[in-house]
Amino acid sequence: MLAALLVMSGIALALGAALGYASVYFKVEGNPLAEQIDAILPQTQCAQCGYPGCKPYAEAIASGEAEINLCTPGGDDGVRVLAELLGREFKPRGAVEEKLKIVAVIDEQTCIGCTLCIQACPVDAIVGTAKQMHTVVSRYCTGCELCLPPCPVDCISLAEEPRTPQNWRWKYPKTGLKVVE
Amino acid sequence: MTSELFRFQGGVKPDSHKKESSEVPIQRVPLPSRLVVLLVQSSQGSARTIVTVGDKVLKGQCIGEAEGVAGTAIHAPTSGTVAEIGRYPMAHPSGLASQAIVIEPDGEERWITSEPLDPATASHEELILRIQASGIVGMGGAAFPSHLKARSEIETLIINGAECEPWITCDDRLMRERAASVVTGAAILAQLTGARRVLVGIEDNKPEAIAAMRDAVRGMEPAALACLGAEPDMMSVVAVPTLYPTGGEKQLIRVLTGIEVPPGTLVTSLGVQCFNVATAHAVCRALLHGESVVSRIVTVTGNVERPGNFEVPLGMPIADLLAFCGLNPGTSRVMMGGPMMGFTLPSLDAPITKGCNCLIAASDELFPPQPPEQPCVRCAQCTTACPVGLQPFELYWASRAKNLDDAKRHHLFTCMECGCCAYVCPSHIPLVDYFRFAKSEIRARDEEQKAAAQARSRFEFRSARLEREKAEKAARLAAKAAETRAKAAADGNAALIAAAVERSKDEADA
Repeated sequence: MLAALLVMSGIALALGAALGYASVYFKVEGNPLAEQIDAILPQTQCAQCGYPGCKPYAEAIASGEAEINLCTPGGDDGVRVLAELLGREFKPRGAVEEKLKIVAVIDEQTCIGCTLCIQACPVDAIVGTAKQMHTVVSRYCTGCELCLPPCPVDCISLAEEPRTPQNWRWKYPKTGLKVVE
Repeated sequence: MTSELFRFQGGVKPDSHKKESSEVPIQRVPLPSRLVVLLVQSSQGSARTIVTVGDKVLKGQCIGEAEGVAGTAIHAPTSGTVAEIGRYPMAHPSGLASQAIVIEPDGEERWITSEPLDPATASHEELILRIQASGIVGMGGAAFPSHLKARSEIETLIINGAECEPWITCDDRLMRERAASVVTGAAILAQLTGARRVLVGIEDNKPEAIAAMRDAVRGMEPAALACLGAEPDMMSVVAVPTLYPTGGEKQLIRVLTGIEVPPGTLVTSLGVQCFNVATAHAVCRALLHGESVVSRIVTVTGNVERPGNFEVPLGMPIADLLAFCGLNPGTSRVMMGGPMMGFTLPSLDAPITKGCNCLIAASDELFPPQPPEQPCVRCAQCTTACPVGLQPFELYWASRAKNLDDAKRHHLFTCMECGCCAYVCPSHIPLVDYFRFAKSEIRARDEEQKAAAQARSRFEFRSARLEREKAEKAARLAAKAAETRAKAAADGNAALIAAAVERSKDEADA
């Protein structure tokens, strides 16, 4: 009887120690699922989902508190990939019109140098300092539109990226249709 | 010197249609009223404008400096005035506009004082820089900057005179009429690259060009002989069998040397480098005569009154050139390049550039419209014809279904768009169009992914920075508070503490 008790509690102690060791030394940094979701999201950091950026939204999806169809730039295609990853039901988010890459442009004549847009930019794509002209580094701009509302003089507009032979795309070949008499 | 020839797999034999334009000597064209010199004349880089509107320029004067390592300079194609600097359509399938310098000729054709550079005395670096400053790019059509290629150190130099595409004859005429310059240019390139062997490959459907080039090698100019270290035997002209696409870089290397270039490998790492005959000619003119690239030979053929080869100043609007050759009625479209790899010009306002070797006026009789696409029957004729060992039908299914990863897995980017597969396809499937589409989609997708990764890292960095700033501010405030407390304690001044408490209360009330 006593031997049995000792054996059982010994096993329990050993397993408990092993689990405790594992939880300390094999701890997973961050949430791997959230990272997988973050990799799918388009990283425009536009906050249109209601979360301050793509990563917070990914974390919210991973913890189950957010729906998967809140990402506007990702569109239905993005929702489909998320649904597949998470084994959840696909929920359409309605048609998103195909957008060309857009970038913010500051009208440098009108800018008063208030730095409000700089504070709003999620990817640090605007340079400038107080009372100095600001400008957008278009290479880094994701076109998230977050800099538009804070501007007190409405000097920021969105412009399509110019087409160059480098970013021009060949069209899908037109399949010749036969006329049936 | 005879050398054994090799065979590459696949290839097709389309009707050559060379006779239409190859029988007339190279003609000069009258100067148009405006010359539109695009700043982008090479595949890798651009030029930076160094003239302003109203400047008087001389023929051959530099009007755009080479920008960066890969850039090449551009020069005034004639003497005249800079009339405008603006955007003009490019000879590109997109028809997009690009920055250009417009020159109004004064009709005098006054050359700038030429400064020849003797390859025997000039240093290697001087010669390379001169090639860049003379604006020399691959004149076979790809327009790759020649100074980048001339820097390589190789064993075998190949001069490409194959000209395998149907209809095009500009290299043929060049070799017939200016063989000596081509040979001298080849010798200079051999000196620059340290090649021990120079092979000039010419398809055997150009016997006159082969004969002219062999004569030129036998009676080599002293300057060329000096470049080859007085060993004229190093250079030989080899007649290669006529088979499209022998003129492809990798195919010609295979035929002449037996070296199979694996996909994704630079040919220089195998000790070989390939230059077009027109590029060799340009190198000779630039170094020995101090003449920059201001014109090129263009084949104009197809549905025109006077087909032939023309020495065209760069920047001549294509419409003007076609008007000079007499465009016949019934022309449905104009192609740039050959019928296999060329494209339909979206606009005839585009000017001639350094990479423009041929213009074909297409009519429905010469180029009947493509019959409707039929389903793929998996006959695999495309696989037999493919010169780079791909399975075009696999690529077709993947591209058609927009299954880009699958297309990549089947080595889509090994495809050089030679058009052999589409040529043999019994179902008339425009295979190359599908491949071009899939390639540009994959490139765009990769760009998007790169941009997303960059945005992610920038966002994370910013979040971390804001966190850090917040923590630093909190730490600063805490430190200050502690300091004040310590000071107060040190003073032991209870009144001070009481005053401070009073003050904070006031503030809270306010």
